[in-house]
Order: sequence, then C-alpha cells, then structure tokens
Amino acid sequence: MPPQTAGAMTSDSPPSHPKLWLDAVNEWFTTVDHKRIGMLYIGYALVFLLIAGLEAVVMRIQLAVPNNHFVSPQVFNRMFTMHGTTMVFFVGMPILFGFGNYLIPLMIGARDMAFPRLNAFSFWISAFGGLLLYFSFIGGDGLYGAGTAPDVGWFAYAPLTAKLFSPGHSTDYWILGVFLSGIGSVGTALNIVTTIVCMRCKGMTMARMPLLPWLYLVTSAMVFIAIGPLTAAQMMLGFDRFLGAHFFDVQAGGSAVLWMHFFWIFGHPEVYILVLPAFAFANEIIPVFSRKPIFGYSAMVGATVLIGFISLGVWAHHMFTVGLGPAGNTFFTLATMIISVPTGIKIFNWLATLWGGKIRFATPMIFSIAFLFQFLIAGLTGIMLSAAPFDWQLGNSYFVVAHFHYVLVGAILYMIFAAFYYWFPKMSGRMLSETLGKWHFWLFTIGFHLTFDFMHVPGLMGMPRRIYTYEADRGWAAWNMIESIGMIFQAAAILIFVWNVVRSYRHGEEAGPDPWDAWTLEWSTASPPPHYNFAEEPVVHSRRPLWDLKHPQAPDSDYE
Amino acid sequence: MSAHTAVLTQSMDEWQLPDKGKVGMICLIVAEAAIFIIFVLAYIFYLGKSLSGPTPAEVLKLPVLGTVCLLSSSLTVHFAVTALERNAARLSSLWLALTVLLGGIFLADTAVEWHELIYEHGLTIRTNLFGTTFYSLVGLHASHVIVGLGMLSLALLFAVAGKLNSSHAHRLNVLSYYWHFVDAVWVVVFIVVYVLGR
Repeated sequence: MPPQTAGAMTSDSPPSHPKLWLDAVNEWFTTVDHKRIGMLYIGYALVFLLIAGLEAVVMRIQLAVPNNHFVSPQVFNRMFTMHGTTMVFFVGMPILFGFGNYLIPLMIGARDMAFPRLNAFSFWISAFGGLLLYFSFIGGDGLYGAGTAPDVGWFAYAPLTAKLFSPGHSTDYWILGVFLSGIGSVGTALNIVTTIVCMRCKGMTMARMPLLPWLYLVTSAMVFIAIGPLTAAQMMLGFDRFLGAHFFDVQAGGSAVLWMHFFWIFGHPEVYILVLPAFAFANEIIPVFSRKPIFGYSAMVGATVLIGFISLGVWAHHMFTVGLGPAGNTFFTLATMIISVPTGIKIFNWLATLWGGKIRFATPMIFSIAFLFQFLIAGLTGIMLSAAPFDWQLGNSYFVVAHFHYVLVGAILYMIFAAFYYWFPKMSGRMLSETLGKWHFWLFTIGFHLTFDFMHVPGLMGMPRRIYTYEADRGWAAWNMIESIGMIFQAAAILIFVWNVVRSYRHGEEAGPDPWDAWTLEWSTASPPPHYNFAEEPVVHSRRPLWDLKHPQAPDSDYE
Repeated sequence: MSAHTAVLTQSMDEWQLPDKGKVGMICLIVAEAAIFIIFVLAYIFYLGKSLSGPTPAEVLKLPVLGTVCLLSSSLTVHFAVTALERNAARLSSLWLALTVLLGGIFLADTAVEWHELIYEHGLTIRTNLFGTTFYSLVGLHASHVIVGLGMLSLALLFAVAGKLNSSHAHRLNVLSYYWHFVDAVWVVVFIVVYVLGR
C-alpha cells in the first residue's frame, strides 16, 4: 500500500521549488502509477516504431529498383527480421498495453491497476527484452560472422535456427528478447484482467462497462493462451541451442513442422491480440464523433468473445503450403472463413453507429473512418488467402505481405493514431494540432495506399517475400518503385506526427477535462488526471456515466 | 419505479467484486497451463520417434513415493490454510512444515531418478528425443515445485518466527492455489509420461 498513500500525499502539495531533473528521472524509473507506466509503454513503443520504421525504409530503398545493392543481402536479412520482430513485440504489444494501462483504471473508475508493482515489473522486463534484442547489433554473431542482429526471419523457422545454421549468438538474443517480452505481456495481461474483474467502481456491472475494457479483457485472456506456446517454443529452442536437445533437430528425428505449429499457435491469436485493442479504440471514438451511443453493444461483446475463441483454431492457415492433407486444409480454411462473421458484425455495428449520426470529422474520427475502409479490404484479402488452393499459389508472396500490412498498418496503426489524437489531451492536458493532424492523415493515407495497394500486384505476379533483389525483366520494377515512393509519404507523415506530439506537448491548446464532449469516466477527471484519478469514487448508473451527469433531465439510466 | 430504485440502491450497498489475489493467481495458472500443454504435446508427439535408445519402457519406473508425497502435500497445505483461518497458527505451521517436507521428498525422489537415468542408463537431454522431451517436461514441472517450495518455506519461516496469524490466511490460500496447480500438473505428467508413455 505505500505507493498509494505516497501518491495521494504528494499530489495535493505541489513542490514549491522546481524539481531537479534527476528527481524527475528517478520518479519515472521508480513509478508504480498506472498512468505513468502507460506513458512509459507508449513512449518506448514510439521509439521502437521509429527504429523499425527506419528498417522498413532501408528495405524499400533496396527494393526500389532491380539489381540494387544499396545494402548487402546479409544486412537485408537482418532488416526484415528486426523489422518484423520489433513491430510485433516491441511496438504493437507495448503501445496497446500502454493505452490499456492508462485508460482501463480511468474508464472503470478505479484508483490504479490491481497490482501496481507487478505492472512496473512487466514494463521493465519487456523493455529489457527490447534492449537485449537491439544489443545483438553489437553483441551477437549471426549467420555470417561478427557483430550482427538476428537474421532468421520474425517467425524463425527451424532448422535455420539450429546452432549449425545460425552460429554465434544473434539468434540467442532473439530468443531471449522475445521470451522476456512474453513474460512482461503475461504480467500486464494478468493485471488487466484482475483490474477489470475486481476493481470496477460502484454500479459498473459488466454490462455497463465501456467496450474498451471489455475488449481488453478478451485480448488479455487470449494473451494467456497464446503467449504460453510461444514461451514454451522459445524454451525448447533455447534447450536445443544451449543444451544440445533435439526438439527441432531433424537429424535426430525432430520435426521442423512442430516449430511452425507452436509458433503459429501463438502467431495467429497474436494478430487478434493486436487488433482487438484497435477495435476497442474504434468502439470509443466512433460513437463520440457520431454523437450517438454505440450500436449493438451486446453484439459487439459477443462478436469479440467469438473472435477470441475462433482465433485459437485457425493457426495452420499459415502452413497450407507445408501440406496438411485434405482434413487439415478443410478445417483451417473453414475456421478462417468463419472468423470473418463476427468481424463483419463489428463492421456493420460501426456503420450503424455512424448512420444518422451528427458526424464530426476531427482527426481521431478521420483515422477511424479510414480504418473502416482499410480493415474491410484487409479482411477481404484475408478471406482470399484462407482458401487453401489460393494460398498454395500465393503463400509467401508479396500478396501475403500486402495483406497483413493492410491489417497491421491500415487497421491497427490507423486506430493507434486515432487513439493518440483522441487521448493525448487527457494524458498531457493539451490538444494535438488539428492542422498538423490533417497533414499527418492525408500524407500517411496517400503513402499507405501507394505502398500497400500496389504491393498486391507483384505478389500476384509471383514476387516472393524476403527476396533481396530481382531481375529487371520480371515486370516487378514499376510496382516496387511506386511502393518505395509511397514509403517517402509515410515517413514524412510520421515526422509530422512526431513534430505534432513534441510541439503540442509544450504549446498545444489547453484541453480541459472533456475536450470531445465524451461520455466515459476518464473525461470526468482533470487532464492530466491527478495521481489518485478521482477525488471520490464514482458511482455509475448506465453505460454512459458522463452523459448522465451532463443530462440529468434525460439520463441513460432511465432507459436501461 | 420506486421499488426498482430500492433494489438498485440495495445492490449498490452490497457492491462486492471477486478477490484480486484469487483472480490474479487463476490468470497465472491459465498462462502456465498453456506452457505445460505445449510441453506435454511435444512429449506425446515425439513418443516412439527416438532414433536410438534408451526407450521409456526400458528405463522408466513408476515414481510411487514421490507421487504419493506430492499429492498428499496438496491435502496438508489445505489443512494449513484452514488452520490459519481458524487462527490456529501453531497447527498451521505444523501442516506447512509437513507440506515442505513432502515437497522436498518429491524433489529428492526426482533427483534419485535422474541420477539413475544419467549414470546407469546414460540418458541425458542430448541422447535422443525421449531424453530431450522427458527432461524438459519433468524438469519444467520440478522447477515449478522448487518455486512453490521456496514460497511455502518463506511462509513457514514467518510461521516459525511467530509472525503468521489469521489475517494472512487469505494470502496463504492464494499460494495454496499455486501448489494445487503444481500437483494437478503432476497428475497429467504422471499419466502421460509414466502410464501411457511407457
């Protein structure tokens, strides 16, 4: 209990003299406050977003023209491995946990997360994992000798990861980095579930809870089931590499396909672990900017739970090209197609929320609208790839790369940007610039579509992923050039975004507690919220507690 | 309407949510179970796939003593919790000591088994797929026993120092969940490795 009391005491008596910067740093390092840990998560994810984005830039330059030698093939292998690993484990996961950490206690009217010190531990262990992964650039020997980063691809298929084929320690850094990030993820997911189940304020039944905590509840439950297999597989690979075990050693009768199964039992739920928080942001932002309550609350919750369950049974659609046999192919094709039903329910619910609404096209909303379109297209190419014969033709081609970047960038990153514009005022007390926000949106959208729309085409023409360079006569050159030009737009947009955050943090317009006229509890306290979140514990009578407060003549609770 | 409001305020007064410790521990158990499931699957998948000996049938014996001790330690830890809830701290520390002892015997039994496997039968983690999967699965479980024993010993230490009272019963109860989980995993490991896998 000491952290709570300490927080409550200092917050009411601001220091009379300016703090030493060392004190400030110390406060950030030792904090157990969910808001600060949330911001640490987000800041750390943003740093890795820039690094992994830079790696993508290197790849796009390399692929812009045929027969290019901008970097060596070895460096190219490291770039795509680090880009994928970083984006999934050290950008996607931490940024979503960051928002979850920050928002969930505020939205359910709680003082902090259930286990504040575990929360800090989870963050720092994940951060250590990220540092280890990047330390490999100087500390690890890779496939080709001195001082390299991991170069085995983000899903690190056996037997390439065996000691024989990946000598040195670069792969070991990959194992350790991902392993530690997994421990942190389980810790935070455990915290989120416990917070939501045990710490809701008075009157907030599960059916009155905002959809964001609901979706985080499902996503965290999935973390338990999905990260376990990954952790187990990393342990096995570690045993193979350090102790001479034979889990994935084909020469001793081991199976390389087993690694694929274990990895994708993690890997596919992971996609939904990343996308559910993006849905969660959409569930909060779209109603507020349509000036209507969310359409189909219970259908949303049901669809989310269904997605959670079905997503555990679709992993082998990543492995159609291995040859699963007719039964496996049929099962995984059908399971993958069925998951588009609950996903479709969500899209229709968002559309119905927009329908007849008084839509405000502020920056969070335009990102959300683009998300709706792009996620639809991502889902459609997903259904195409779920058909095993289609996948045999296009597995491991740039069509697949285009498909999953449509999900990860077109859907998830767009909603992360939307969430940034929506909740930055709460976190900092200042608005992000709308003008810069619109520049950010349009430049990024143009760049996104230039890169990833056109990426489908060379994929259909047979361009394999992870290829280092290509001959001029393949007909891929023009498409790749367009993709690389799109990258320039995206990079410019990201720079504008970073500038917007930095500038608005100092000089942005004062936000006040409730700049968007929203309805959930986080907007009922000051921006930024005090250490203790709420001066007195809120009592909730409906799904939109702040609406009830603002409209005592027609509160939602009358209609429940 | 007024009746409805009355019901509402009444339920508000009784606003009670599940216990944090229990929910957190259950989450941890689910996550750990997922890890164990993968190791068990790997064990089953590689049954009989070793390219060389020794095979499970040749070298494995039923670890009866260890199993009996570990399973009964679930009972004793339960008695320790109920005793502490009744504020019988001395009795509780006795049950705790017995639990730690039984867990220790299980570990010793495993150590003897491994010693025999390594030095008499020449089975190590490098020997074949059986060795790889056997030592990983049983070792993963044993490492969980060690963690559990560490925490139980800590509780025992407090008990011996006379610092344990009924206000700690809840924490001991949460810890006992973990211990029951470790025992349940052993039931699965026992059936897969020593009964079906032989």
